[in-house]
Amino acid sequence: MLDRKQITLTRMQPGQSGTVIQIQGGHGMVNRLSALGIVPGKRITKISSMLMRGPVTIEVDRVQVAIGFGMANRIIVEPD
Amino acid sequence: MKILLMGNPNVGKSAIFSRLTGIHVVVSNYPGTTVSYTQGFMKLGEKMAEVIDVPGTYTLEPTSEAEEIALQMLNTGDIVVNVANATNLERNLYLTLQLLERGIPVVVALNMWDDTKHLGIHIDLDKLRELLGVPVIPTVAVTSEGIKELVENIPQATSPQTPARSRNERWATIGGIIDQVQLITHRHHTWLERLADASVKPLTGGIIALAVLASAFMVVRFIGESLISYVLDPLFNNLWAPVVLRLSDLMGGGGFLHDIVVGKLANGEVNFVESFGLLTTGLYVPFAMVLPYIVSFYLVLGLLEDIGYLPRLAVLMDTIMHRLGLHGYAIIPTLLGLGCNVPAVLATRILESKRERFIAATLISIAVPCAALQAMILGLVGAQGAQYVAMVYGTLLVVWIILGIILNRLVRGFSPELLIEIPPYRLPPWRTVLQKLWMRTYGFLAEAIPIILGAVVVINILYILGVFDAIANFTAPVVTGLLGLPKEAVTALAIGFLRKDVALGMLAPLALSAKQLVVGSVVLAMSFPCIATFVVLLRELGVVNMLKAAGIMIATALIVGGILNLIL
Repeated sequence: MLDRKQITLTRMQPGQSGTVIQIQGGHGMVNRLSALGIVPGKRITKISSMLMRGPVTIEVDRVQVAIGFGMANRIIVEPD
Repeated sequence: MKILLMGNPNVGKSAIFSRLTGIHVVVSNYPGTTVSYTQGFMKLGEKMAEVIDVPGTYTLEPTSEAEEIALQMLNTGDIVVNVANATNLERNLYLTLQLLERGIPVVVALNMWDDTKHLGIHIDLDKLRELLGVPVIPTVAVTSEGIKELVENIPQATSPQTPARSRNERWATIGGIIDQVQLITHRHHTWLERLADASVKPLTGGIIALAVLASAFMVVRFIGESLISYVLDPLFNNLWAPVVLRLSDLMGGGGFLHDIVVGKLANGEVNFVESFGLLTTGLYVPFAMVLPYIVSFYLVLGLLEDIGYLPRLAVLMDTIMHRLGLHGYAIIPTLLGLGCNVPAVLATRILESKRERFIAATLISIAVPCAALQAMILGLVGAQGAQYVAMVYGTLLVVWIILGIILNRLVRGFSPELLIEIPPYRLPPWRTVLQKLWMRTYGFLAEAIPIILGAVVVINILYILGVFDAIANFTAPVVTGLLGLPKEAVTALAIGFLRKDVALGMLAPLALSAKQLVVGSVVLAMSFPCIATFVVLLRELGVVNMLKAAGIMIATALIVGGILNLIL
């Protein structure tokens, strides 16, 4: 079960910062995200999300990364 | 000796490659510009060494075709110049560690070094060298700062004993290195960064996208049209036409050779579009009709690429592209296709799955007209009125969407999620923009001119031999019955296999109505790809999928052409 403070990346508010807790995906997804530095424990800031289940843009290590909605929905974060 | 330039996407590998070898390759500001490798040579001491510009990769566990290629290349190299982005050391070191674990000699080029200063990033280079155990050279590829030191240090590349690590161990090691070498001081956001954030927010992003695309279209149109009416048309009509007429006189005003070289004169005057000789239409089509739009299109595309706008457009288009079985990043090959379908089909390598690549390549070769064809559409159909040009583009857009939706349903599998790095906005130096424009323009001239001239000769000979009449009679039921075009139009559709611009030019002498021109342009755009695209489709998709794509093309072209003929 998720901690009450832990939410999916898609539900985070734009401008909010937090820490990646868990990536609920298969090996391929974990691998692709890891390659971009998105791993549990990493600090991120959400920049925006597009309407109609569009991609979420976050900043990680001073780089912006756009993540498709389905994938973002499986990234668990804990906002500050 | 073989030197590999490897690193994350969009860190400037191609820019460093150009500096090392003197070979100019296309450099842009988005991940995935280089999808196949480029080879060159550099002088290393007294010897020549081979240098390979490898497609960017985040990891040696490949997640796309381009990364697959990078991994294959690694097994063939002697030394790796690991190009890393100094402003994002954490993520770039991941690949560095993987390379060191491989035991291949590495030298690190810490590129974009100049950006660290205004970003408030301080890196302790000596400490980093000590921790990694390999030479680390700060570079600024666009100004060639540090390139000399890099070259001097290539022979010093070493492969320190590095144990194989798991993913988590690598990230832990990187965390330890960063703590010791990097210090970040606070600073204020620049206006470019604020604009960057606004570009991926729903409301402001949409407004920016509309403004960018509308102004891009207007600028392409304005520059293309100005070049034609103020430069090339006057040149051809006032300077070249008298020369051709003189030559026509010398050749006796007619005959086999005259018709090939000069073509048919109308009332003793040259008609550059319809005469169809080597020195008339053969030169006028590439230089005065197509070249102006090649220049204007690639200038604008180059600016969008170098500023870094394209990945943001991908974010905005993602939801729509998912309906077509693709994700947002497929917009980049699609936009490249508006220039030429060949690099566009190659660029589909940035997409992850075979399914996506098939859908993207098929949609591009059917519904995305290249700049050469568009220039002819603007010239010939535009002469009948802007509404007819709008009909052609509107039809292609609708076909792109509907066919995408159908393919998404029919082709098995699912579309992967978008996952891309969005580079910061950069203000590109004019020199690099113009250099890329020149490379692409030269590429067009070198590839198109011989084929266009060859096509003109072949067309004339086949015409004189009466081959076209035979084909025309044979295909008349389809061309006339279904598409409502004169039976001679089939020759143009057939020549479309060689080059679409010449093919559309062949419709000019047929005195078509505006409606027929619209049908002809759409069918020409959608039916078979030109030979260059055909070859690259064959190579990228394989025989079976290429045949599938070709079947879809012909069927779609006939169905849509038939429908247009009925409703217009």
